[in-house]
Amino acid sequence: MKNYWHSVVLEKDYCNGCTHCLDRCPTQAIRIVDGKAKIIEARCIDCGECLRVCPYHAKGALVSNLEIIKNYKYTVALPAISFYGQFPLEYDMNTIYNGLLQLGFDEVYDTAHAAELLSVYENAMLDKEHIHKPLISTYCPVITRLIQIKYPALIDHIIKLESPMEIGARHVRKRLIAEGYKNEEIGIIYITPCPAKITSIKDPIGISKSNIDEAVSTEEIYYKLMKFIDKIVPEHQIQKSTGKGIGWARVGGQSYAMDIEDYIAVDGIEEVIKVLESMELGKLNSLDFFEGYACVNGCVGGPLNVENTFIGKNRIRKLAKQYGMDLPVKVDIKLTPDNMEWNLPIEPMPVFKLDKDFKRALEKMAKIEEYTQMLPGINCGACGAPNCRILAEDIVNGFAKIEDCKLRSK
Amino acid sequence: MQSYYKDENNVAMKLHFDVIKDDFSRAGEASSKIKNTLRQLAIDANLLRRIAIATYEAEINLVIHSFGGTIEVYIKPDCVEIYVEDCGPGIENVERAMTKGFSTATSIAREMGFGAGMGLPNMEKVSDEFAIESQLDIGTQIKMVVKY
Repeated sequence: MKNYWHSVVLEKDYCNGCTHCLDRCPTQAIRIVDGKAKIIEARCIDCGECLRVCPYHAKGALVSNLEIIKNYKYTVALPAISFYGQFPLEYDMNTIYNGLLQLGFDEVYDTAHAAELLSVYENAMLDKEHIHKPLISTYCPVITRLIQIKYPALIDHIIKLESPMEIGARHVRKRLIAEGYKNEEIGIIYITPCPAKITSIKDPIGISKSNIDEAVSTEEIYYKLMKFIDKIVPEHQIQKSTGKGIGWARVGGQSYAMDIEDYIAVDGIEEVIKVLESMELGKLNSLDFFEGYACVNGCVGGPLNVENTFIGKNRIRKLAKQYGMDLPVKVDIKLTPDNMEWNLPIEPMPVFKLDKDFKRALEKMAKIEEYTQMLPGINCGACGAPNCRILAEDIVNGFAKIEDCKLRSK
Repeated sequence: MQSYYKDENNVAMKLHFDVIKDDFSRAGEASSKIKNTLRQLAIDANLLRRIAIATYEAEINLVIHSFGGTIEVYIKPDCVEIYVEDCGPGIENVERAMTKGFSTATSIAREMGFGAGMGLPNMEKVSDEFAIESQLDIGTQIKMVVKY
């Protein structure tokens, strides 16, 4: 199995070995070893839940900082759509985008516009007959990773479309190359709300290489912009999305922009897991579309954002209305598979398998049952595993010993 | 249709679950545990999905229709066998019960979203072998086999 690059990392000095993150990790990827949390990389889906709950800020995301723009001759800022929800409404979004130019970017591309184009393309795909219903959105990369590791039977339901950021980046890069820039002179920088998007850039699914070069956090850009936000002169018209694209920043916005009736939009990783479980049981086969987000309220809830998710969501709702929900989308990128789709298959990543060999797996399972019976079953986490069952698994896999149980030895 | 018998040969692992009648809040727990166990055993994703559907539907049937019962899963080198047994009330007309859309679920169960009459048909659909035997006032026994 291929190990993939991760953006969620642990800053060991800050970790005091408390068990907050253990229990919150939806894929049981964390253990406390020698008093410090450790992330099992193969299991991590970069959802950032641990980062959000850590009271000591011991977890971070591997983002670049703005200095990175010096490495390129021509830089393009690609702000996440949730960027719209970060600023008080008295600041005009076009002005804010112009502020990014003052920060040193040569160009800013309104990612929300790529989203509204994608909505048009996506809607047309729903009409195709051979598709597996419900189609699952790939907009939140955490959900795609979750399906790869835990629900591989649902891989065929995934709608293999690029994310708005990637569509925007492909389009801009093509144009710049046509204008005479060399590929390596162009730096396309995403302003990200979450670690998962960084992983999508460094180690993408569905394509071999991202057209985005680096990601910086929304947080960093926000604080830098706020220092001179009142002095920005909006020289250029950069903002070009209607409300349809802007709405993508919150849960349900994608389905709304696609103008479909029969969809469910779910936020919060635990709730998404419940829905995927029913989907695997075939309970949702008549549904057209499913969009799921690891974060509460969708991308506005991303852990690298500044604003409270509910305040952000409210702003997105108001802005979407202000920029017009029913205006026609100006199609200025050709809606072809080449521009909008993934070209590589999505592979299952069965990390929960005890062993490749069925017989060996069975033997291990029997031993796990035995150890589970020996453990107290109160799932205290003191041993460093999220619960007794996982400790039993770790013992059988040789990563822990029965003596690690603090209650049993007493 | 095949007859119901428990084949104890070559059982690599057995899972056993008791299912209590009318316990709606816990309905789905047993099948979820079965799925999580099988997921760890490197069983193909689509087979896993079929087994999950078979055990889930069986569990729901036990909760809404039976006086309580058990689900046993025999994991074998070449297949998974699922045995569902209850202690009544038995099905009056098995053939009719196997018809898509036919249901005797109470209005309470229907209000909770169960009782669409697809349980038994779905169980048969996902199984490579399916056997059902039922006697009024005694109980129902179902065997489902999913082959690798």
